[in-house]
Amino acid sequence: MSDKKTFDRDSISNTLFVAIGLSLICSVLVASAAIVLKPVQLKNQEEYRQRIILEVAGLMVPGGNIAELFATVQPDTVEIASGESVEIYLARENGELAQIILPISGPGLWSTMRGYLSLAPDGNTVKGIRFYEHGETPGLGDQIDKADWRELWVGKRLYGDDNVPRIEVIRGFVQREGNPNVMYQIDGLSGATLTGNGVTKLVRHWTGPEGFGPYLETYQ
Amino acid sequence: MSDMRKVVIDPLIDNNPITLQMLGICSALAVTTALLPALLMCAALISVTALSAAAISLIRNRIPNNIRIIVQMTIIASLVILTDQLLRAYAFETSKQLSVFVGLIITNCIVLGRAEAFAMKNPVGVSFLDGLGNGLGYSLILIAVATLRELFGAGTLLGYPILELTQDGGWYQANGLMLLPPSAFFIIGLLIWVIRSWRTQQVEDPDYQIHEVHRTDVY
Repeated sequence: MSDKKTFDRDSISNTLFVAIGLSLICSVLVASAAIVLKPVQLKNQEEYRQRIILEVAGLMVPGGNIAELFATVQPDTVEIASGESVEIYLARENGELAQIILPISGPGLWSTMRGYLSLAPDGNTVKGIRFYEHGETPGLGDQIDKADWRELWVGKRLYGDDNVPRIEVIRGFVQREGNPNVMYQIDGLSGATLTGNGVTKLVRHWTGPEGFGPYLETYQ
Repeated sequence: MSDMRKVVIDPLIDNNPITLQMLGICSALAVTTALLPALLMCAALISVTALSAAAISLIRNRIPNNIRIIVQMTIIASLVILTDQLLRAYAFETSKQLSVFVGLIITNCIVLGRAEAFAMKNPVGVSFLDGLGNGLGYSLILIAVATLRELFGAGTLLGYPILELTQDGGWYQANGLMLLPPSAFFIIGLLIWVIRSWRTQQVEDPDYQIHEVHRTDVY
């Protein structure tokens, strides 16, 4: 009992002391971990981005050295309508242009999705799509990472006859027979309609007049 | 000393957090499709349970009663963020597969459960061991489930082929169900059945019993 008199842990002063002290210690711990580990994490992210570029172009060899493989892809810059210079990548096979790899980004359901879109030299046929950063719902929206779904994009066309982007992630399954739009449509992901809409919007934006539209026209 | 050992050994089978206390089922269903992410998840959870138990026990006599859960959560959350940052720095690929589940250790009932039930009342050393033991008990089940799922779902263990798949010209037809969350539910259910057949003292008394009632009893 005498102990209780000298120290009351439920007193207001002790409550404030513990709350403030603990917050300080924990925030210093968390903040210093974030700062100390940042360089390593950034290096990982950069390596992952390079790997995604290789994967979207189908150039990734299992167990291959990413830095070495990445050196075979040629970077280039394109000025878009806003006057901004954007870095794109060109993949060559036997000296001939094989793929144009464009960065794409835009709002998903929860945060910005960033990825790459690979096109054939005609500037119209999709060769691959891959996101390296997104915050879509695990199990629903994050199915955009699934190989099965990414495969659906291969061979689809971006533009109709009028050079306006027509590619679209629809709801449900694409009607395969007697559908004039089959080459512009991709199956939706169940439970991820908004993620699908986000993908449609950002691909159309980046391949439209404000994005790489004018640049891609030079290939057609 | 035998007490200390009991604290670590008990949660492995006799008082297992998953199969007896039914805690931490959510992540056990989600991260067990392959062995490697499961192992990483185990390591993350063991370090969080053990360290948070030790830290909470260290200041248990100072923690004011009315903010004790907040204090416990703050400590646990900080440790989880630390673990998550470390994984992102040193196990980037696997941490991507674990996605939200490392962050969700914060809400894993095992961690807060042990902090509130044990670490608040016991000295640092024993609390650390209790956290360690419970983390190991969770890991034991996770590893068992992940081994079964990866082996029968993909024919591999840690990515190395064990059963040759028919699609590669082998004899084993991969069982796709094993890679879906429901299979973990079945496997955990079967494990609980096996453990309770072996350790019959874990069998709970039924809440209700069917018995004949005569009309005369009612009137």
